[in-house]
Amino acid sequence: MGLAHTIWISLLGAAWVALLGGRRPGAARAVALITSLAGLISGLVGALGFGVGNELVTLWRVPWVPGLGIDFHLAADGVSVVMVLLTGIAAVAGVLFSWNIEHRSNEFFGLYLLLIAGVYGVFLSFDLFQFFAFYELAIVPKYFLIAIWGSTRREYGAMKLALYSFVGSAMVLVGVLAMVVVSGNGSFDMVKLASTPLPVGFQAWAFPLVFVGFAILAGLWPFHTWAPTGHVAAPTAASMLLAGVVMKLGAYGALRVAMMLMPLGAKQWGGVVAGLAVVGIVYAALVALVQTDFKFVIGYSSVSHMGFVLLGLAAANPRGVAGAVLQMFSHGVIAGLLFGVVGRMVYERTHTRELSLLEGLRLARLLPFAGVIFVLASVASMGLPGFSGFVAELQVLMGAWQAFPAAALAAGVGVVLSVAFTLRVVQRAFLPDDTVPVTEPEHRLAPITVPEKLGALLLLGVSLWVGIAPRGLMEWIDAGLASPGFATLRSTMGWP
Amino acid sequence: MAMNYLDLARLAAAEILLVVTALVVLSVDLGLRQCDDLARRTRWAVALGVAGCVSAVVILWELVPEGAMPAGMFASDALTRGVKAGVLLLTAGSLLLSRGIRFTPHVGEYVATVILGAVGMLLIVSSENVLILFLALELASLCLYILTGFDKRSAQGTEAALKYFLFGGMAGAVLLFGLSLVYGATGAIEFGKIAQGVAESGVSPVLLMGLVMVMVGLGFKVASAPFHFWAPDAYQAAPTPAAGFIAAGSKVASFFILAKLAESAFGPAMGSSAWGRFAPGWSPVLATMAAMSMVWGNLAALMQTNVKRLLAYSAVAHAGYTLVAIAAGGPEGLSAVTFYAVTYAITTLGAFGVVGLVESATGGAELDHFAGLVKRSPRLAVCLGIFVLSLAGIPPLAGFFGKFYLFLVALDGSVGSLGLLWLVALGAATTCVSFYYYLVLLKKVFVEDAVMPERAAPGTGVESAVVWASTILVVLLGCFPGWILTPLRSALMAVGW
Repeated sequence: MGLAHTIWISLLGAAWVALLGGRRPGAARAVALITSLAGLISGLVGALGFGVGNELVTLWRVPWVPGLGIDFHLAADGVSVVMVLLTGIAAVAGVLFSWNIEHRSNEFFGLYLLLIAGVYGVFLSFDLFQFFAFYELAIVPKYFLIAIWGSTRREYGAMKLALYSFVGSAMVLVGVLAMVVVSGNGSFDMVKLASTPLPVGFQAWAFPLVFVGFAILAGLWPFHTWAPTGHVAAPTAASMLLAGVVMKLGAYGALRVAMMLMPLGAKQWGGVVAGLAVVGIVYAALVALVQTDFKFVIGYSSVSHMGFVLLGLAAANPRGVAGAVLQMFSHGVIAGLLFGVVGRMVYERTHTRELSLLEGLRLARLLPFAGVIFVLASVASMGLPGFSGFVAELQVLMGAWQAFPAAALAAGVGVVLSVAFTLRVVQRAFLPDDTVPVTEPEHRLAPITVPEKLGALLLLGVSLWVGIAPRGLMEWIDAGLASPGFATLRSTMGWP
Repeated sequence: MAMNYLDLARLAAAEILLVVTALVVLSVDLGLRQCDDLARRTRWAVALGVAGCVSAVVILWELVPEGAMPAGMFASDALTRGVKAGVLLLTAGSLLLSRGIRFTPHVGEYVATVILGAVGMLLIVSSENVLILFLALELASLCLYILTGFDKRSAQGTEAALKYFLFGGMAGAVLLFGLSLVYGATGAIEFGKIAQGVAESGVSPVLLMGLVMVMVGLGFKVASAPFHFWAPDAYQAAPTPAAGFIAAGSKVASFFILAKLAESAFGPAMGSSAWGRFAPGWSPVLATMAAMSMVWGNLAALMQTNVKRLLAYSAVAHAGYTLVAIAAGGPEGLSAVTFYAVTYAITTLGAFGVVGLVESATGGAELDHFAGLVKRSPRLAVCLGIFVLSLAGIPPLAGFFGKFYLFLVALDGSVGSLGLLWLVALGAATTCVSFYYYLVLLKKVFVEDAVMPERAAPGTGVESAVVWASTILVVLLGCFPGWILTPLRSALMAVGW
């Protein structure tokens, strides 16, 4: 068991589920749970065995396409370890929150596990070709998960999301190929590429191409519009994964490929990226403030919180980037939880997400567990101390303050706005004041099931753990940023 | 050097065997015609044809030596043998897909025509002399025209065949005219001698005229825009297995010879298609055709409601991607083109196999006939999904690596580092367009419910086997592209590229 096994376990699980046939949903979800748990445990074992040295550990390396300099190269540094753990947690929670999928369940879980395998693969890839292959592998399952099992305008949301992702990856493809050709190494090895200085003039246009290509998936304003529609259309587990890990793929790619391989470009474009990130934070928060659909609020809040990740990356100093990585982890857990509550606990019982209708139901009374969890998740999401969001966003703001004080101030406004829209949605969905007339639900709401409770507690616990004791993750992240891969980035940016 | 017929017979043993096979098929069918059992006759004809193709592959490997006839009349080396084996296996696949044909009582003629077409394609691959090349191209094309119109009851088929024939005749004339101008400018008809002539006399206006005409003529064969108008009609109206043959085998041969001709005969007249540094030669001609094909093929495919037409426009777009690598030139270009053409052909053959099966079960190949396919025949749907995703360039399928390699070669090519960036960027942008219509087809298959009543499909074991074999190949070649790439590159090295 180790980090590399996460990929194979998920792939095998996907194949196993697919071969089960569609008649036994129970078996399909059991296999999915076993697989995702095995993936999480394998990731944990690998992570614990990883230590906190500043090294880049090669897990598996074989020549893949001889003659073109393409290797199958699985490796990990501290940053990868953190992302692998996040993926494992999100995957298990996602399965727990989709325990009620009966329709074509084997296909659902097969695609789900395929997506997870692709995500693990991206986080552990240190060969550019392989990185890109895993990155694209994750696009197709997303489309089907949303188009087949989704809700509101699912085909539209799915297509929009798939096309945005594909456009992003096409930009990345052009940039990646150009990078390899210009480097003259004849090799796709990312560490080797990172140590080959590319001409400034080249980085000046290739960096924005690759960075934006990845950041589309991270919800970079103004290319974020796929995210709210996609999240809303997606079934619960898929929106948990979308917000929880897929958006992180974009941010991770922006860091691992765009910034690590083209630090000069990152230096040049840092200000622009910071500007876009701040606009995203504030704009998405304002939009979230006026949504009438419960899930749209969470969708826009995701875009807003992902803005912090991009802001931290743009700051490009140790605090900022470490904060960005931690924010990826933190937001992955919290957004997963929020989507779980909205999509599974509320929507699948009330069959509405309109806040004006939910107000009358007094959900805190009907679904007390969901109410408590949602309030706690909101507290975490607003960035209150004690939860992971606080540690992460604080570091991002500190980093941004050093690099772009104006941007940090504007992002601070974003924090306030995020409190505003979060409190608004908590109040309207769960704790409306007494002037709102009470309506009885059309049918009795089923009680919250055990898998849902387990999933919610898992995510909440992780957020709490990171909030109280962020040191464990921070050590990995700092070690990761001190690993050989980031050497050129560190020296270019003048990190101590 | 005098020509020795025994040597020729040994070099061309595979082609000779195929011609004999065609004759045997015809005579056996003639004998069986007494019993008037169409299914039985089809079985025999297809079995004989496939046996011929397979034994031709064996002969290629075991019997045919390396060598060449004088004046480039016929060349055999590791590279051509590999490509020929690919063409033969694709032909065998198309024949197997034809096992359920019900559109004609003339089964023997049908199979014989396919095999003679394959002979033409093999000769194309082996030619290093423009005269032989022209004759071989005409042999292959004539067979394809006939196959397109083989369903005599279908007015549409006849129309498409006529259109194909008239356009093809024009294209052939242009090609021949171009070749005569090239001969006028260089005084040679052999690839190597032409290259010498070009190198000595430089790029003259006459030669350029000739070059453009040759590229146009061959552009027609590979269905590159703006010479693609025959393709949608031919793909749609031809009997589906024949369409698969046109789309798969013939493309491999045409792309291969286009790349080989450009590189080995016209190498010195390459010109440049690098942005801002354009210079006259074949490279800018091909780059223009590539750009037009990628844009037009993908945009036109958006509007299609018939899956065969959609595949035709997607073929136009794929011709564009392939031409990008040819325009980049160099041995890596030839390697990328061959890899792409072969994997593309396997994918397309499989896709036409699925289309044929769906057609025979639902009576049509409109998008609506594919709705809800996953519920009726999940395995077929998965296969189609894999083919379509490979065409869209999704990993880990063969189409992904093929496209990656093409674009890499184009950027790294002899045009100079990043010279073709504009073409690659255009290619990547149009791939995004293509992703939309591929997803629309997949949405029909996997997301929507059936809207067409379904008839009971006849026994389709062999067809399914071909589809499965293609699926497995598409996946495996995507995961392990080295399986083709390594021998391909060493063959290129052996030939001295």
